Amino acid sequence: MIYRSLFPRDVLAELDRLQREMQQGFRLSPSIRGIARGGFPAMNVGGTPQSVEIYAFAPGIDPATLDVQIEKGVLTVAGERQRQAPGEEATVHIDERFEGRFRRVVTLPDDVDPNAVDAKYRDGVLRISIARKQSAQPRRITVQ
Amino acid sequence: MSDNSSVSKPTARDEAALQPPVDVIEDASGITLYADLPGVPKDKLQLQVEADTLTIEGEIDLEMPGGIEASHAEVNLSRYRRVFTLSKELDASKVSAEFSQGVLKLAIPKAEHAQPRKVEVKIL
Repeated sequence: MIYRSLFPRDVLAELDRLQREMQQGFRLSPSIRGIARGGFPAMNVGGTPQSVEIYAFAPGIDPATLDVQIEKGVLTVAGERQRQAPGEEATVHIDERFEGRFRRVVTLPDDVDPNAVDAKYRDGVLRISIARKQSAQPRRITVQ
Repeated sequence: MSDNSSVSKPTARDEAALQPPVDVIEDASGITLYADLPGVPKDKLQLQVEADTLTIEGEIDLEMPGGIEASHAEVNLSRYRRVFTLSKELDASKVSAEFSQGVLKLAIPKAEHAQPRKVEVKIL
């Protein structure tokens, strides 16, 4: 006989749980500083043999107010995005854009050179380029 | 003005795209829309008003060194797209746009006849 639960499960809640589990499956393992996904600014990190490239999608910010720091192998991008307050007679219909202070932290690989950093802000994207140490770059060794 | 991106008709251009966050503010003169489109240069931004449909589209164009391998990507598509339905009291022919550092500002004025008027109440 098929066992019938006394409390049938809520189908929608089950779907929710399934979706959550699937999302977690796709997610990279979270770092100790929390699951940063969904924070502001969104970040893409990539690397080449010569450098580590970090792209922070932070539109509409005065580059002079951005605070970019590297300390003990950790890169911090902090700043504030202010919104013009709507007038008194105005109605806000949709309010999705980020406003306020933000701070995001990225752990850098061990082989980067914290003195060879280049940061550019273009089209609302902050690109931070950190060179890898000379000694860490791949070298071809000739066999004699 | 309502967001209908989820029910928009499937078109040839309906490939996967990111939905940019927006702010929509209305005052007596019209509607102001702000949209975040980081990574889109001016020449890759497309705005279209067709009948009562406003379409915002943009293509991300980042400078990337050759041989780059992504290790963590939160922005994993290179297109933005969002569609809005305008209401008829808005004057779609007078939309003005500004785009700077990834932020789009659209001003959509209300048609002359839809501007608020004070109605006199007569006391008899």
